[in-house]
Amino acid sequence: MEHSELLIDWSRAQFALTALYHWLFVPLTLGLTFIVAIMETIYVRSGDEKWKTITKFWMGLLAINFAIGLATGIIMEFEFGTNWSNYSWIVGDIFGAPLAIEGLMAFFMESTFFAVMFFGWDKVTKRMHLTSTWLVALGSNLSALWILVANGWMQHPVGMHFNPDTARNEMVDFWAVLFNPNAVSKFLHTVTSGYVLASLFVVAISSWYLIKRRDTQFARRSIVVAATFGLTASLFLLATGDESAHQVAQNQPMKLAAMEGLYEGEKRAGIIAFGLLDDTKEIADGKDPFHFSFEIPGALSFLGYHDVNAFVPGIDDLLYGNKNHDLTPVTEMMRQGKIALQALKDYKKYKKEGDSEKTAESLKIFETYQQYMGYGYLEKPEDAVPNVAISFYSFHTMVGLGTLFMLIFFISLYFTMINVIEQKRWFLYIAMFTLPLGYVAQEAGWIVAEVGRQPWAIQGMLPVGMAASNVAATSVMITFWLFAVLFTGLLIAEIKIMLKQIKIGPEEH
Amino acid sequence: MEITLYGLQVYWWFLVSLIGAFFVFMTFIQGGQTLLYTLAKNEEERDLLVNSLGRKWELTFTSLVMFGGALFAAFPLFYAVSFGGAYYVWMTILFCFIIQAVAYEYRKKPDNVYGTRFYETLLYINGSLGIFLIGVALGTLFSGGNFTVNEYNFSKWTQDSYGLEALLSPFNLAFGLMLVFLARVQGALYFYNSLDNEAIHSRVQSVVKKNFTIFLVLFLYILATILLQDGYVYDESSKVVSIEPNKFLHIFLNSTLSLIGFTSGVLALLFGVYTAVFESSSKAIFLTGTGTVITVTFLLFILGIDNSIFYPSLSDMQSSLSIENSSGSYYSLSVMAVVSLLVPIVLAYIIVVWKSMDKTKLTVEEIQNDSHHY
Repeated sequence: MEHSELLIDWSRAQFALTALYHWLFVPLTLGLTFIVAIMETIYVRSGDEKWKTITKFWMGLLAINFAIGLATGIIMEFEFGTNWSNYSWIVGDIFGAPLAIEGLMAFFMESTFFAVMFFGWDKVTKRMHLTSTWLVALGSNLSALWILVANGWMQHPVGMHFNPDTARNEMVDFWAVLFNPNAVSKFLHTVTSGYVLASLFVVAISSWYLIKRRDTQFARRSIVVAATFGLTASLFLLATGDESAHQVAQNQPMKLAAMEGLYEGEKRAGIIAFGLLDDTKEIADGKDPFHFSFEIPGALSFLGYHDVNAFVPGIDDLLYGNKNHDLTPVTEMMRQGKIALQALKDYKKYKKEGDSEKTAESLKIFETYQQYMGYGYLEKPEDAVPNVAISFYSFHTMVGLGTLFMLIFFISLYFTMINVIEQKRWFLYIAMFTLPLGYVAQEAGWIVAEVGRQPWAIQGMLPVGMAASNVAATSVMITFWLFAVLFTGLLIAEIKIMLKQIKIGPEEH
Repeated sequence: MEITLYGLQVYWWFLVSLIGAFFVFMTFIQGGQTLLYTLAKNEEERDLLVNSLGRKWELTFTSLVMFGGALFAAFPLFYAVSFGGAYYVWMTILFCFIIQAVAYEYRKKPDNVYGTRFYETLLYINGSLGIFLIGVALGTLFSGGNFTVNEYNFSKWTQDSYGLEALLSPFNLAFGLMLVFLARVQGALYFYNSLDNEAIHSRVQSVVKKNFTIFLVLFLYILATILLQDGYVYDESSKVVSIEPNKFLHIFLNSTLSLIGFTSGVLALLFGVYTAVFESSSKAIFLTGTGTVITVTFLLFILGIDNSIFYPSLSDMQSSLSIENSSGSYYSLSVMAVVSLLVPIVLAYIIVVWKSMDKTKLTVEEIQNDSHHY
C-alpha cells in the first residue's frame, strides 16, 4: 500500500513542524526543573530567603514554558496514530509499552507534583515542597527516557521478531528494548543537551540583569548555579555525544557518512572541522564533495570505531558495496527484500487457501530473506541515502555550538568567582546573545538524528513511505497549516509573556 | 496458573475502560470551564473558578494522554484504524486540548498578546467542542466507523470526510452532548466542594438541576439504544464477524458483574446529584465521581467482553475490531500487565497530594496572596 509522494511529504512536514515546535520547549523544561530544584535545595539548607526569591522567579518562567511544552506535546503522541497509522500497527507492540509506561510513571508524577511545586509553598512543609520539586524534575526527565527508548528502537531495532501472521514486529525481550545501547546513549545525550540549554537560558537572562545593573546579587547567584550545572552537563554531553556517534557508526553507517559528507570510504578518516559542500556533487562521480574543508585526520575513525586506523565506509561504498570490507550493495539488499515481500504475500495467500505445504515453503523463503525486507520497498538504491547537506550542516552546527557553550559556562563561572563579571560587559552581551544559538543547536541535533535516518521510519525495516496513514494529502495540508498558525500564535504569546516577566524581575515573584 | 492471551486481552480492556472512565470523571475540569460566565458574575469570582480548576487541569490532560497511550499499547490496531482514519475528528480534539494547555498560565499574564477573554474562550472551546467530539468518538465504538482493514492489517477510511460523517448520527451526537452535560454537572459540583464562596454556592444548585435534567434525557436515550441495538460478535476460531440482536442486553444479562457494576454506578451518580440538590451536600462530587467512574467503566467494558466487537466497521463487517483481533502480543501485554501494578501506587500518591493541597477551601484572599496564580 504505497502512498503518494505528496501525502508522504506533507505527513513528514507536519511531523517535523510539530516536533520542531515541541523541541523548542522541552529541553528548557528538562534542565530548568533541575536548576530550580538545586536552587530550592540551597534555600532549604541555608534558610536564606533570597534563594527562595531566586527559585520562585525561575519557577515562574518554567511554568510559562511548561504550559506550551504540554500543548505541543500532546499532538506528538496522537500523531503516531493520525499520520503514521501503518507504522503504529507495525511497531505498536514494541512502541506501545514504553509509551504507556511513560504515561503511568512519568506524566502523572509530573502533573501531580507540579501543582504542589507552584501552589504548595504555604500548604505543605518545606521538605515536602522540595521533594515535589525534585519529583517534577525526575518526572520530566523520565518522560524523556521512555520516548527516547522508542526513538532509539527506531534507529536500531532490537528485542523483537516479525510475525508474518499479524504482519508486524512483536516484542520478545523488553530489557533488550530498554537497554538498547542506542536508546541509552540517545537518552543521556538528549537530556544533557536540555541541561545545557537551560543553563544557557539562566546565564543569558542573568547577564541581562547585570547589563541593566539591577538585581545583581540575584543574577550572580543564578549564574553560579547555572554555569556550574551547565559546565558539568557540557562535559557529560561531550562524552555522550562520543557514544552516540559510536552507536551511529555501528548501526547506521549511512547516517554517519551523510553527517560527515563522506562519499568514498577510507582508513584514518578525518572529521571535517568546517567545510562548504559542493552542491553539484553527485553520488559516485568521484568529485571532491567540498569546495573547501579543514579536516582533523583520523578523528572520524576514532569517533566511530575508537580506532584511528579504522575504515569508515562512505556513501558510495554503502550504496554500491565494497568487497574488501564485506559491504553488501543496496541493489542486492533490494533484490532480497523484494523476494521476502513476495514470499510474505504468497504465505498469506496459501494460508488463506489452506495449502499447508506451500504455506510452509513461502514462510521458509520469507525467513531466509526477511533481513532486508525493508529494502524491498525502495524503488532505486539512491533512495537509501539521506539528504547529505542537511545532515552535514546540522551535525556540524550542533557540535560547533556545543563547544561554544562550554566556553561560555567556563568564562562566566570564572568571572563570577573572581568577582569581575559585572565589569566584563562585552562578555555579558555575548552570553546574552548566545541564547538563541542554544535553540539552534537543539533543533540541529534533532534534525541530524531524524533527517540522517531517512528514508527509514525504522532503520532498514520500514521506509517512511510505507509508514504513513492512508488519508488524503489535502487533509494533512489543512492540519499542517492549522498547527503552523496555532503554534506560531502561541509562541508569540509565550515569548512576549516571558519577556515581560523578565522585565518585571525577581522581586515581584 | 498460566494466564491466557484472552485473559490478558480482557484485563487490558478493563484497564483501558477504567482509564477512560477516570478521564470522563476528570472532565469536571472541562465542564467547569464552560461555567465561568454562568457561575461567576464578576472578575474576582471568575478568577476563583479558574484558579480552582487550574490546580487540577493537568491531571485531566494526563488522563487523556494515558487513555491514548494505553489504547496504543494494548490495542494498537484500534489506534491505527481510528486515529489514522477518523482523522478530522481526532485532529479537532487535539486542537481543543492544545489550546487548553496554555490558557490557564497565559490568561492573566501581562503582555499575553490576545487578552484575557481570548484565553477564556479557548477554555470554553476545550470544555464544549473538545468534550463533545470525544463523546462522538466514544459513541462510534457502539455505532461504528467507516474503515477497512486488509490482510496486512493496514487500514483505510472509506469516507472522504474522515470521521466527520459520525456527526450525522443522532446517537453519536447524543453521546457527545451527554458527556458535555455530565461534565457541566460535575464541574458545578466540584466548585461546590472546593470553593469557600457564598455567591457561587448559591448558583450551583440551579446549574446542576438544569444540566442534569438534559444529561438524564440523553443518557436514557443512549442506554435504550444500546440495549435494543444489534451487536457484532467475533468468532476467534473462524475469524468471522456476525450480527447478534440485542447483544449488549445479553451481555448485561449474562454478566452479573457488569450488570451490578453498571447499575450501582448509575445509582451512585443519581444519589450524588440528589444529595447536592436536596441536601445541599458539598461532598456530592465524590459520590457522583465514583458513580461516573463505575458507570463508564462498565459501559466501555461490555464492548470488549463476550466476543463482542468494540469497533464495528460500517464499510466491511469483517474488518470490525474485537479485543482479540486488535491487541498487542502475549509477551507485550504481559510486560505491561506487570507495569500496571503501579496503578494503585500512582492513584495513592495522587490522593495523598490532593488531600494535602485541599485541606482548606480556596478563597479569593488566598489567590490574591499567592505569588503564582492564574
